[in-house]
Amino acid sequence: MKDFITNMKGALLKLWKYTKAIFFKYRYLWRRIGIAIFTLFLSTFLIFLLIRLVPGNVVDDYAIKLVEQRRITFDEARILAVQILGYDPDASPFTQFWSYLKSLMQGNLGQSMSNPLLSVNDVIKKNLPWTLFVSTLALSFSYLIGTKFGSISAWAKKGFRKKAIDGYTIVGSSVPDFILGLLLLFLLSFKLKLFPGQGAYDASYSTPGLNLKFLIDILYHAALPVLSYMFIQTANWTLMMKGSSISILGSDYIVAANARGIPENIILKKYLRKNAILPLITSLAISFATLFGGSPLMESVFNYPGIGQQFSIFIVQKEYFMIIGILFFTSAIIIFVNLIADSIYSLIDPRIRRNQG
Amino acid sequence: MMKNLISHARNVLNKIGIQILKFLKLMYKNKKSAIGFSVILFFIFIAVFGPYFFNYDGLTSGVLRFQPPSWQHLLGTDYLGRDVLQMLIDGAQGILLIAFFTGLITVAIGVIIGISSALIGGLYDKFFQMLSNLLLTVPSFPILMILATIITIRDPFTFSIVLSVWSWPALSRAVRAQILSLKESDFIQICQVMDMKKSHIIFKELLPNIAAYILINFIMIMRGAIIGSVGIMMLGVAALEPSNWGAMIYDIMNQGAFYVPNAYAYVLAPIFTIIFFQYGIIMLSNGLDETFNPRLQA
Repeated sequence: MKDFITNMKGALLKLWKYTKAIFFKYRYLWRRIGIAIFTLFLSTFLIFLLIRLVPGNVVDDYAIKLVEQRRITFDEARILAVQILGYDPDASPFTQFWSYLKSLMQGNLGQSMSNPLLSVNDVIKKNLPWTLFVSTLALSFSYLIGTKFGSISAWAKKGFRKKAIDGYTIVGSSVPDFILGLLLLFLLSFKLKLFPGQGAYDASYSTPGLNLKFLIDILYHAALPVLSYMFIQTANWTLMMKGSSISILGSDYIVAANARGIPENIILKKYLRKNAILPLITSLAISFATLFGGSPLMESVFNYPGIGQQFSIFIVQKEYFMIIGILFFTSAIIIFVNLIADSIYSLIDPRIRRNQG
Repeated sequence: MMKNLISHARNVLNKIGIQILKFLKLMYKNKKSAIGFSVILFFIFIAVFGPYFFNYDGLTSGVLRFQPPSWQHLLGTDYLGRDVLQMLIDGAQGILLIAFFTGLITVAIGVIIGISSALIGGLYDKFFQMLSNLLLTVPSFPILMILATIITIRDPFTFSIVLSVWSWPALSRAVRAQILSLKESDFIQICQVMDMKKSHIIFKELLPNIAAYILINFIMIMRGAIIGSVGIMMLGVAALEPSNWGAMIYDIMNQGAFYVPNAYAYVLAPIFTIIFFQYGIIMLSNGLDETFNPRLQA
């Protein structure tokens, strides 16, 4: 009996230790998650307040439509409109926000006002994959190339490579990505007819599904947007990596490695790049957010069926709930990616964890 | 009396002249900033004097649609028969004004909030930290589109207010961080020990130390404002005069200029004008960065 009690005691103590470890060792993580959720909540409310300022009253417009359709009086139609749209313009923003939160909890991000069959969930399901596809491709390629370029540009004192990279970064960081997209679209697609000018795939050529033909087709259609993003983003990564590398270049271990006669390209690869790349992990999230925010422009240029193009259509149509829903979702993604990047960074580099404890 | 006035005026003019010379010397110290500054001067010159030489009438003519470049129309004509070169020159003024006002407003908001929250601290600081955090999480371009539908944009100044609303947080954060670290430095501590006035510390000690940083940020915000305004105009969310460079791109995209073989100059002209201007801005800011922070260069 006594043994059992001590065993139990030991087991409980161990359990307590582990829970304590999970809660306290990673308390920086819990705090971050809490702050992230709070930020998302506040930003949605902010967007809500903003949307109320848009001139024109959708409910009245919709009610007039109902009057014509169902031959009822305007007052009845207005009450009906408020019910159908789930939006009462006379209520305070707090009540509206509360009802929006309630529908969020049920997994409903919002409903179109002009088309009852269209909801934010559908749009996200249909169009988000394209945006994710293009931005992930562009981001990963430019990250891989840009970090290489950056470390070379910081390491090399002179020479052709450094000059070429530095020249490229200035051009790359000065051109806005959608302007470059427009240029590429005009030259490569309309003049030289090398690439398709619009859409995500050619329905007459391939059928959506998991086949090689379709995969090649979507890569072919995504090539120009990805290239235009890449050209700009690679320059950004090069600049960031150069800055990060320069700050490391003077460290003792680099000087010592040099003095020990370790070959230059090994110092570059194993000593410099590995350490300089660490702080850039958090920038990945920021880059991702930039690509997402800029997607309305790029996707409109290429008529690419991503979420950004849909968003600009909804803005022109004044589809408030679609706008709010998409913005909520993109902010949530950005916050989530930020959280992951921060956590990965502090897991890899314990110095960060200690400082923020 | 008269003599006195004249000598006084000469004195003032002299002082202004010296300041301008100093400024030019700063700009032309570095090769990059010299190129960038020249490009921007070129655009300012065009924006100010261009309309006198090339009289933009905005007259449309169906006969002159999509003309290729000729001596009469150096860059061809657009889909309504307007001269593209004249439109570009006319649009330069609006773009420059938007960029300048946006830079001014954003820097003013960012610096005031940054410095005050670093110096006041406490709840005030926490509030603005949270607010800037919030504004940074929501992607800015979509918000810009919403703002453009809320506020009817009729003139460059309104446009720059719209562009500034969401663009100050990054600057205010950076300024706050810099002031916080400056506050602990010896010379500010000594100023405090010597019981100097707060206004003296802020305007004579702190601001000059971050002036270079603010100048570079001002230039980069101007750059962002041009990208933002062109993007907004390009999507057709705001309506400004048709000679605005973004509006020209909107017309190019929506009036089928891509399909017209003769319209290559019309399509390429605004694109390359924007790229050239952006190039000038980047060169200027990079050059100034090299002048002010020589340590950072490899």
